[in-house]
Amino acid sequence: MLNYLLQRLAMLVPTLFFVSILIFGLQQLLPGDPAIALAGEDRDPNVVAFLRAKFHLDEPLPMRYWYWLSGVLHGDLGDSVRIQKPVTELILEKLPVTLQLAAMAIVIALVIGITAGVISAVKKDTGWDYAANVFALWGLSTPNFWLGILLILLFAVQLGWLPASGYVSPFEDLRANLAAMIMPAFVLGNAFAAVLMRHTRSAMLQVLSSDYVRTARAKGLDERVVVLKHALRNALIPVITLGALGLGELLGGAVLTEQVFTIPGFGKLIVDAVFNRDYSVVQGVVLFTATVYIMLNLLADLAYYLVNPRMRH
Amino acid sequence: MKLLIFLALSIAASAHAQTLRIGLAEDPDILDPTLARTFVGRIVFAGLCDKLLDLDEKLNIVPQLATSYEWSGDNKTLTLKLRSGVTFHDGEKFDAAAVKFNLERHKNLQGSNRRGELAPVSSVEVADPSTVRIHLTAPFAPLLAVLTDRAGMMVSPKAAQAAGEKFGSHPVCSGPFRFVERVAQDRIALERYDNYWNKAAIHFQRIVYLPIVDSTVRLANLRSGQLDFIERLAPSDVPALKSDSRFKIDRIVEIGYQGITINTGKSELAQKNPLGRDARVREAFELSLDRDAIVKVAMEGEAQAGNQWVAPNNRYYAKNAPIPKRNVARARELLKQAGVSNPSFTLMTPTTSDAQRVAQVVQAMAKEAGFDVKIQSTEFATSLNLADKGQFEAYVLAWSGRADPDGNLQTFIACKGPLNTSGYCVPEVDEAIEKARTTLDPTQRAKYYEVVAAHVAKDRPIIYLYHRNWLWAHAAKLTGLRTVPDGMVRVQGLQMK
Repeated sequence: MLNYLLQRLAMLVPTLFFVSILIFGLQQLLPGDPAIALAGEDRDPNVVAFLRAKFHLDEPLPMRYWYWLSGVLHGDLGDSVRIQKPVTELILEKLPVTLQLAAMAIVIALVIGITAGVISAVKKDTGWDYAANVFALWGLSTPNFWLGILLILLFAVQLGWLPASGYVSPFEDLRANLAAMIMPAFVLGNAFAAVLMRHTRSAMLQVLSSDYVRTARAKGLDERVVVLKHALRNALIPVITLGALGLGELLGGAVLTEQVFTIPGFGKLIVDAVFNRDYSVVQGVVLFTATVYIMLNLLADLAYYLVNPRMRH
Repeated sequence: MKLLIFLALSIAASAHAQTLRIGLAEDPDILDPTLARTFVGRIVFAGLCDKLLDLDEKLNIVPQLATSYEWSGDNKTLTLKLRSGVTFHDGEKFDAAAVKFNLERHKNLQGSNRRGELAPVSSVEVADPSTVRIHLTAPFAPLLAVLTDRAGMMVSPKAAQAAGEKFGSHPVCSGPFRFVERVAQDRIALERYDNYWNKAAIHFQRIVYLPIVDSTVRLANLRSGQLDFIERLAPSDVPALKSDSRFKIDRIVEIGYQGITINTGKSELAQKNPLGRDARVREAFELSLDRDAIVKVAMEGEAQAGNQWVAPNNRYYAKNAPIPKRNVARARELLKQAGVSNPSFTLMTPTTSDAQRVAQVVQAMAKEAGFDVKIQSTEFATSLNLADKGQFEAYVLAWSGRADPDGNLQTFIACKGPLNTSGYCVPEVDEAIEKARTTLDPTQRAKYYEVVAAHVAKDRPIIYLYHRNWLWAHAAKLTGLRTVPDGMVRVQGLQMK
């Protein structure tokens, strides 16, 4: 176990190094001069020149990469040019927001997805199964922003039950926080629930037709125990992987949802930074997200290890 | 019991009424008047930082921190008498020394966006604590208007010196509200400054500015009661909101413009394309356009057609160059004369929905005269870059405008104007612009602008199309709004009735 863990951790270094080159390189492909984008409407030539020098934009690419990397290695991701705030501070400010959104979304997705998946596998080819499939198709094919706006119009404008957008910290007012987050979390979790449902269903179908399940039934076990204890536990392995990968995806994928609901999280941070050519923010946020994603993959592998005894040998 | 409920309700209502929640269309940039770059940031400054001078609804210069101004005989010195009893939010006194500090900061701070606006200022002299003299290298008429904007905003010298580069993350000014907090992309909160010199005009305890980019969501927040005011209502939402008596809509014709810049000399592309090469082709293009129809279709009528850098109702609108009527037959004839009956060019446009719609309507209209217009939608920052490099043939671009006509003209049309992406350069035009800058008499200035207009209307480096309406939507109970054409939300006098 320890060896395996060390091996995987050692692999992280070259992966992250490669990721950092990729992030830096890809950003250079963005058209448009960041100094001009940052100089605002007036584009005063003095200001453009000042910004170019300040952010080393007039220096060769490898040098700029080196400045950035050495900063990162010292734990300094630079400052946002647009609002003059350290990127690390921005990340720490936005991360809990998006984490909460992603966590709520994944809970919603797991509850809906696994429940619907189990029901549709157990009740295969019945009305329940068809209904769950229709739901999955709907979830997958409904664009986030459209569903978001429809929900806002219904629950905020028409019914007045929930706030239309915005964010309140849970430490300030938990009720208001949940009221503000429930719609975006549902929108974000909805599509993912559909994916989870499809996977749970197929894994469950496979497991339910296996020998040990037949044996369990033959022993006279209650059907509920067979499904939930024996079959579901085994069928959940691929779903866990998917869930972990999905959490990483949700962190980045919250982009649209955060835009629609004006949630000041990671997604909004990066979109605005790209449009404003706030390079240090883009680089910092992408590097952070990539690291989180890689770590989640690692955790998923470790979770396999714990859930499935066969892998320990 | 009833009394208790009534009391509870009225307390709740008054607590609610004490906070004014304003929905902004973008997230402002840095809140330092010297470094700030965006239009939307100026809306927040209107609550935070007082300026030396201000504008009224008719664009007249009116006092704010300066109670009066006077030009010297040679028009090279502006003397300002300052308001007494004004303090900054940190309790520091506002006086002539503070004005000197601020103007010098605007001029000298690295990366200052005000340096260009204050270029003619050679020195600032403290005559006495309540009198300051601004010396210029040459007379500069736009100075007064410049001082009604960010260059006229005064920050606390002590706080600015202490905070250095980070001043913008905790600005200290002398406006009606002081800075409390900013959560990037979420909100900017200000609180009433109890020692404000004009506190009788302030009726809210707090203002919260919330940037909500999507206009549908911004409107949904207003309609669900979470916002009291939104700026830049989408023109397409006007009819629906109009019928709802809980809300009111205010509109103001902007001081900026929307137009099409044509590459007439910025790069070699200008010579390769008939539109850039031949003024007759540009005339034909303009004659193919019906500005009223563009306003009606692309802007749902929420704009005023125009053909100059200022709107037709502006005192500096040059009457010798009226809006030309659409004339497709004449356009075709001109193209024939130019020897290109079906000219083709690419119209670059930012990806904003306004610009896209304008481009499509222009494309359809110009086609009737024989033009083949190809629309190239380009992300905003990229389009600016291409424009600056001269890698375009025609470009749809909006300018938020400045109170003095010079701010809409000089940088775009003068040979060395930093935003002259057209590459236009005519010495007579430069001379007239320069004379209009150095002449204080409005009648005389208007004459110089007529000279400029005569050239620009003929050469067409920019085909001005219209001036948008700033559309404000707010709770009907919110009163005291002043519709000044610069589009800033002045908080003095605002209250919930």
